[in-house]
This record gives sequence, structure tokens and C-alpha cells, in this order.
Amino acid sequence: MGSADWEAVIGLEIHAQLATDSKIFCGAPTSFGDDPNVNIDPVTLGLPGTLPVLNRRAVELAIRLGLAVGCEIDRASRFARKHYFYPDLPKGYQISQFEEPICVGGRITCDVDGVEKTFRLTRIHLEEDAGKNVHDPKSGRSHIDLNRAGTPLVEIVGEPDLRSPADAVAYMKAVHQIVVALGVSDGNMEQGNFRCDANVSVRRRGDTAFNTRTEIKNVNSFRFVGRALEYEIARQIALVEEGGEVVQETRGWDDDAGVTRSQRGKEEAHDYRYFPDPDLMVVQVDEALVEAIRADLPELPRDRRLRFERDFGLSTYDADVLTQSAARADYFEGVAGAVKDPKLAANWIMGELLATLNREGQDIESTPITAAALAELIALIEAKTISSKMAKGCFAAMVSDGVSAKDWVAKHGGQITDEGAIRDAVEAVLDANAPQVAEYLSGKDKVIGYLVGQVMRQTRGKANPQQVNAALRKSLEARR
Amino acid sequence: MNPFATAGELLAALESGDVTAVALTEAALARARAGAELGAWLHLAEDEALARAADVDRRRAAGEPLGALAGVPVGVKDQIVTRGIPTTAGSKMLAGWVPPYDATVVERLRAADAVVIGKLNQDEFAMGSSNERSAFGVVKNPWDTSRIPGGSSGGSAAAVAAGHVPLALGTDTGGSIRQPASLCGVVGLKPTYGRVSRYGAIAFASSLDQIGPFGRTVADVARLLGVLAGPDPRDSTALTSPVPDYLAALGGDLAGLRVGVPEEYFVGGMEAAVEAAVRAALTQLEGLGATLVPLSLPHTKYAVATYYILATAEASSNLARYDGVRFGHRTRDRVSDIADLYAKSRAEGFGDEVKRRIILGTYALSSGYYDAYYLKAQKVRTLLRRDFEAAFARCDVLATPVSPVTAIGLGERVDDPLQMYLMDIFTIPSSLAGNTSVSVPCGFDGGGLPIGLQLIGPPLGEERVLRVAHAYEQATEWHRRHPATNEEVG
Repeated sequence: MGSADWEAVIGLEIHAQLATDSKIFCGAPTSFGDDPNVNIDPVTLGLPGTLPVLNRRAVELAIRLGLAVGCEIDRASRFARKHYFYPDLPKGYQISQFEEPICVGGRITCDVDGVEKTFRLTRIHLEEDAGKNVHDPKSGRSHIDLNRAGTPLVEIVGEPDLRSPADAVAYMKAVHQIVVALGVSDGNMEQGNFRCDANVSVRRRGDTAFNTRTEIKNVNSFRFVGRALEYEIARQIALVEEGGEVVQETRGWDDDAGVTRSQRGKEEAHDYRYFPDPDLMVVQVDEALVEAIRADLPELPRDRRLRFERDFGLSTYDADVLTQSAARADYFEGVAGAVKDPKLAANWIMGELLATLNREGQDIESTPITAAALAELIALIEAKTISSKMAKGCFAAMVSDGVSAKDWVAKHGGQITDEGAIRDAVEAVLDANAPQVAEYLSGKDKVIGYLVGQVMRQTRGKANPQQVNAALRKSLEARR
Repeated sequence: MNPFATAGELLAALESGDVTAVALTEAALARARAGAELGAWLHLAEDEALARAADVDRRRAAGEPLGALAGVPVGVKDQIVTRGIPTTAGSKMLAGWVPPYDATVVERLRAADAVVIGKLNQDEFAMGSSNERSAFGVVKNPWDTSRIPGGSSGGSAAAVAAGHVPLALGTDTGGSIRQPASLCGVVGLKPTYGRVSRYGAIAFASSLDQIGPFGRTVADVARLLGVLAGPDPRDSTALTSPVPDYLAALGGDLAGLRVGVPEEYFVGGMEAAVEAAVRAALTQLEGLGATLVPLSLPHTKYAVATYYILATAEASSNLARYDGVRFGHRTRDRVSDIADLYAKSRAEGFGDEVKRRIILGTYALSSGYYDAYYLKAQKVRTLLRRDFEAAFARCDVLATPVSPVTAIGLGERVDDPLQMYLMDIFTIPSSLAGNTSVSVPCGFDGGGLPIGLQLIGPPLGEERVLRVAHAYEQATEWHRRHPATNEEVG
């Protein structure tokens, strides 16, 4: 049998760090990149006698995400203790939600290779992160950094609806885009603030039952998820076709080697001994809070992208680029609303503006060119006051000197569109360049580019290029 | 100064200038040292206590405002975390641990200008009813040093009974304040669950643990409770209701008071002297104007079993943090891997009773057993709570014995955990229900050992149980009797 006879069944559990200033059960800060073990307090350390107190902001962010993806919000959810021993887990248990998560159900819609697909969510729950073990191979010692311990997370648990690595990558990207757009998480994958565990099994196409699955732990890049799943699916198919059996186990992705490796078998699986945490009250969520959060929800990136395509006539690609962040999309709408041609606005933003910001190491939130300033420039192009070419010079001056487009035009003058003036300039250039005129007339019409350049030079770049082109051809033909 | 002077009397003497806080502190420390053979103290914080007392005296002399317990020596059970003062919970696991923070109740004691003179012995991690389970030696009953003081707050009860300090803090999970108070002839109150912050009380069973006061009189206990009680942003389970003036609630007769007498608390197996003393107390309450209401708390018989599932389940979780990694005992043996480090550190650091309860609780929470044990026990707990709710519809307080026996001999039951667990049969139900209850002295057996009367109130019924206990105490002389003390200290 070939791989075409098999299908994969994949479900992702995504962990996203919530964008709170302090930890989920104490006041210690959540900042990243500090020296080890500075963002800690007696609660983080799990010192005897300490107690957790729930961070309300974390609850609000979880509700915000839940509402945005169509979850039911549990009005009385609960925290439970999940027990296991590990040096980066100070209390010997993780406070998580088990039987009564804060968000139930929901769905994620995304596009996989141009096809719209909707994948169901099981639940979204709140929990605390663990710390970090750092192994030093030189000394053979392990060090523990508890800065991350107690950082608030949402775990977004998907149904096993994904059928390919492409599905999984598109789904993970869609979730990432949503949490970032909502401000629920910064989504920083390099810092481990957005990562997933992938559960995967294979079955023969047409089968409906699920087979034994493996879990690939802690994958923190879209590319790794795709590659790890490709590998794992192929491994499982090959194993079964050779008469073997998939073992339920936890595996890790080794990107350098391009393989998944067994980390822990089922026989070593933990009995987590969940029970409701008696230190924390039931999380009561009242209607007013839910409605206030609902009223504050922004348009989701995908919805906005579709609206940009529909209302502004943008291509899917352009709309996608412009909705990569809420700030960028807001900027675009600010410009597009003030000019005639939204596509021109899109081109300027995706071209000159983003290139400049990139070069300057800035982002759209700190752009020196406001949406209104760019709109003013584009309006001058649309009014033919300046040519696109002049506009680039104007834009450069706006960036470097902070001038407005109108002031720049007042100083440098607008473009020359007067037919007579252009004709005079053209005639003068043709008179002065007899050899090139002869070349043209002998059929080498490429030389017209040179002649256009000469006219532009003569008019100090201000002549309307299209008019120059037309006038040149006309005058040249007249000399034939 | 009389070692058995109450906190109220000491405060009056301090205010009138008859005595200084430094003198009281020195005397308390001296009595604690002289009474060392009781085993009540694990650590005396002499320098810090004397410095604090001197500061109180200075501020008093300067006419500055002072707290409600200014200059009064207090002992703190070692289960309660004290910044800069070693805290062990009676366990080798925490030997040498010096906490970097104060429990909320310790902050409140300090804010009230009380002088914490040291830490009191207890059963390891508050698991025990006899104080024979401390890693640092048994505590002896001041009334008869061949006998147990009760537990787990045995050091607190013994230190107060012996006159070392007028006040002490204990913790009560299934009777750990009331039972030693009863066996040592002092007053001990378990507050309503949540009335006193648990922040800084080393957790045994989180849904049951409460910190509470010990004293030799009801008024002293009321005074200390007023300092301890109240909301705390660091404890989500702390109740937010305002704290009444408990001292002002004392007084008046008991006319119209309905005292419930649950039949399940007068059963076979109880010592005759205990039953006689408690029944005599009931008659005295009637004499003070109360009406006795015979009633039933039908699920009482399930209380001990329920408690030993829930309390051990929570304990198995709460004690998971003692892994030898960040604080506490770590094995000095060579270890093969991290699991070996955990196993050896925990095997060496915990005592037998603690291990027994961790194993029981781990089992009760295990996959496949959770529903049959933990979940079932939670359901029974609800039934027990309803028993009390129904009872309090018919009466104002319940009056029962605290312990079915007076102080047993040291070593008598130490190898029989089941018999030991049954000593808490009358204190466990109101712990499970989250009610408040107080133990107040109500007599002595033939051997001169104290007997306690338990008054159980509904949630937040502290004023009520204290008022009844106070009326009873004022009508009796039991609280004026004290064990013989070391003559040299006086």
C-alpha cells in the first residue's frame, strides 16, 4: 500500500502565554530574559505556607479568547492540581483546569491551500507554566530557573479534526494570528510563549475508528510542526505496513536529525491524581463581565482579510499582508479611507512604507509617516499634481526631513502636464540628439528610453512621464 | 508576676506601669527554659523577643499608640511560618529552615505589638493526636508528665497550661486545637473555616486547616481571635465578612439560649468521668438559663472515615513540594538520578505517620479509586454539613465532649493508629462542616486530668460560642486550677 491509502488524524494542544504583567497566582513579574531566579517570590517557589491567588486579568484574557472563537464560557469553572515530580515544578503539582475548564467548544476557521476549513475546539483552559531546567553538559550539573514558573497560560485543545500536516500548520497559524490580534498573547515563539503538543495517529482511508496515537511534545515553530508531523506520519505508516504496531508514547522532535524520538512510554505514563485545588475558589464569571469583554472584541484577522478583499478589491495576498497585525490593518484603513484608489494605498504601504520601516528597524506602531500624511501624498498622485516618480522623492523627504507632501510640492513645484511645455522640451531634446533620432527612425526604438531620460532631465524630473512618452513618439514619427 | 496571670491582667499591669514588657518577656523566657522538660518549645527567639519588648516599652513611655496585645508574650505553633525564626512543622524535613516571610497571623501579632517568644512543638506536619509524632521529641502534659498533652498543637496547649505564656497560636485540622486544649485544661478555639487567613500556615489539609487561639480564659481567647481574624488578599479562602469585637460580645446570661445535645456524641467507649463532667456542664448551662435540645447528627458515624480520606488526599498533595530540591532536607547519600534524590530525601525526611498519610492519600486520589474514595467522601462531607445546618435550625449552639478520653499515657496508643484516630471522633465533624467550635475546661477525672466541653456554633458563630463558653467559665472554677509549676521560677 502507498501513503495515498492512509490518512492522518491529528489534534493539537496549543499553549499560549497570556499577556499579563504578573503571574497567574502571585504578584511576581512575567518579564522575559532576566537573570535566572529573579522574578520569583515565596509563592513562585512553593514555599511552605504559601497560597495561590488568582490573577483576574488572566481570566479575562481567557474569556476574550474563548468568546472570539465561539466557546461557551463556563460561569463557574474550577482549578485542579495535576501532580508529578520534576525539579522545575516547585509545588510537586501544577495548578491547571481539568474537569471544569473556563471555555468549552469553539472552532477555528482557516484556509488550507486556498480551501476554507473549520476545525473544532474541545476546550480552552487556564493553567500555570513550570520553570526551566538548564542542563550544563560541561559540569554535568542541572540548574533550575523558576522565572517562568507560575506564568499564566491558556491551553487550547483542538479536536482530532486535522488530517494532514498542512491542516495542522494552517490551524496553528490561525490560532497564533487570533491570540496576537486579540492581545491575549504576544505569541513570541522563540521565547516559548506559543508552542504546541501534537497528537497523531494514522488509519486506512475510509476507516472511522481512531488508532493508537503518539504525542509530539513542545514544538515551538510552524515549520517544526509540519516537519515533525510529516516524519511521524511516515514512521507510523511504515511501521504498520511492516506488521508492527504504534505504541502510545510521548515523542520529541529533533530538528537537526529530522526525526521524532521516544521520550516516555505509556508504562511510564503519570497518574496525575487530579483533584480540585482547595486553595482556590470556584471561578465565578458574571454576565456583565462576559458582555463587557464581548463588546470589546476586535474583528478577527481572517474576517478582516476577507473584508479587505471584498470591500477594497485587494488580492488575497495583499489583504493577507495588510492584516498581519491589527496596527497594520488599521493603518491601511486610515489611508484607504482618505484616497480614491485603495489598491494604490495598499501598494504604497506594502512597498515604500514597509521597506522604509524595515530598513529603519521600526514597525507600523512607531512609523514616522502617519496614515494621514501618506494619504495626503497619495491624493497628490491621484490628482496628478505629482508623478509616482516624484512621489518617491517626496516620500524620502517626508521620512528624512519630516516635511509634509504639500510643503514638498510647494517647494519643488508640481509635475509639468502642460502639453505645450512638454512638446517644447521634447523638440529641444530631439534637436540636440540627432544620432539617437536617427537610430530610432532606423527601427531601434529602444533608444526612446534614453530620450525620455533626457526630457526628464531637462524638466528636472517634473514632466509627466506618460505625457513625455506620448509626445516623444509623436514628434519622432513626425520626423520620419 | 503570677505565671498564670491572664493577658487581660498583663495588659492592665503594663498600662499602669507595674511591669514592663521586657520584664514579662524575660519571665516568660525563663519559665519556658525552666520548663524545658515538657518539650513544649522547639525554638526560643530570645533576642528578637527582647528587642521587640524593649521597643514596646519605649513607645509606651513616649506615649505612642500601641496595639491590642502590646507587650504580651505569645507562643506560635511551629506549623506557622515566622520570618527569620526557624520553622520546622515538627519535621526533620524542615530542620534548619528559616523562612523569608511571615504568616499573615504573625504579621497581625506583630502589628498588635504582641511579643512572639518562640515556636511550639507539635506532631509532625500537624498529623497526630498525641504529640508523640514530633521529630524533635514528645511534649508532656503539664498535669501529669507521664501523659500526652494531646495533639497536634500539644506544645501550644502545654505551654499555656504550664504558665509559660498566656496566649499561643495553634492550628486545627480535625481537632488539633480543641483536643489538646481539653487534655491540658485550657481554652482553645477553632475558628470558622476562612475566618483566619491560612497564608503562612504550612498546609496539611487545605480545606480543613485553620489557625486559632489558645488561652487560659475565654476572654483571652476572644482578645487573641480579634487580632488574628479577618480578610486577607493572600488567601482566597479567607472570609471577607467584617470582624466583630469578640471581647465586647462576652457577658450576659444564657436566658433563651437553646443548647443542642447530639445523641451521637454520648456513646459507648467514652470514659465515664468524661461523660459525667460533660453532662454536669449541660446541667449548669440549664442553670444559666439555657434550654437543652436533644437532637441527632445522623452522619456522625462516617465522619472519621471521611476525614481520613479527604485530609490524607490533600496532605499527599500538599507535601509533594518537599522534594529536597529548593528547601528542606536533602539526602546526603549518593543518588543515581532525580527520582532517587526524591525518594531518599523524602524517605529520610518524613516520619512514619506522615508517610502513612501520604500513602493513604495518594491511594485515595489514584486513577480508578478517586470516585470511590475522594468523591464519595466529598459527598458525605456535604451530608455532615447538612446535619449541622438542620441542627442549627433547632438550636443556637451544640454542647459535646471534646475527647472521649482524658490524657492517655505516653506511648499507650502510639503503635495503634486507628485507636489514635478515634480520639478525634468528636472534633472531626465540625471541622468537616467548617463550623467554629471551642473547648473550655469542664472538670477533672479521678486522676486529676482535665476534661473539656466542646461548644459548636454555626459558621461565623464565634461570638456566640465564646459568649456561652464565657458564661459557663464565669459560673465555674475549673479555669482557676493550674498544674504544679517549677517553684524556682514562680
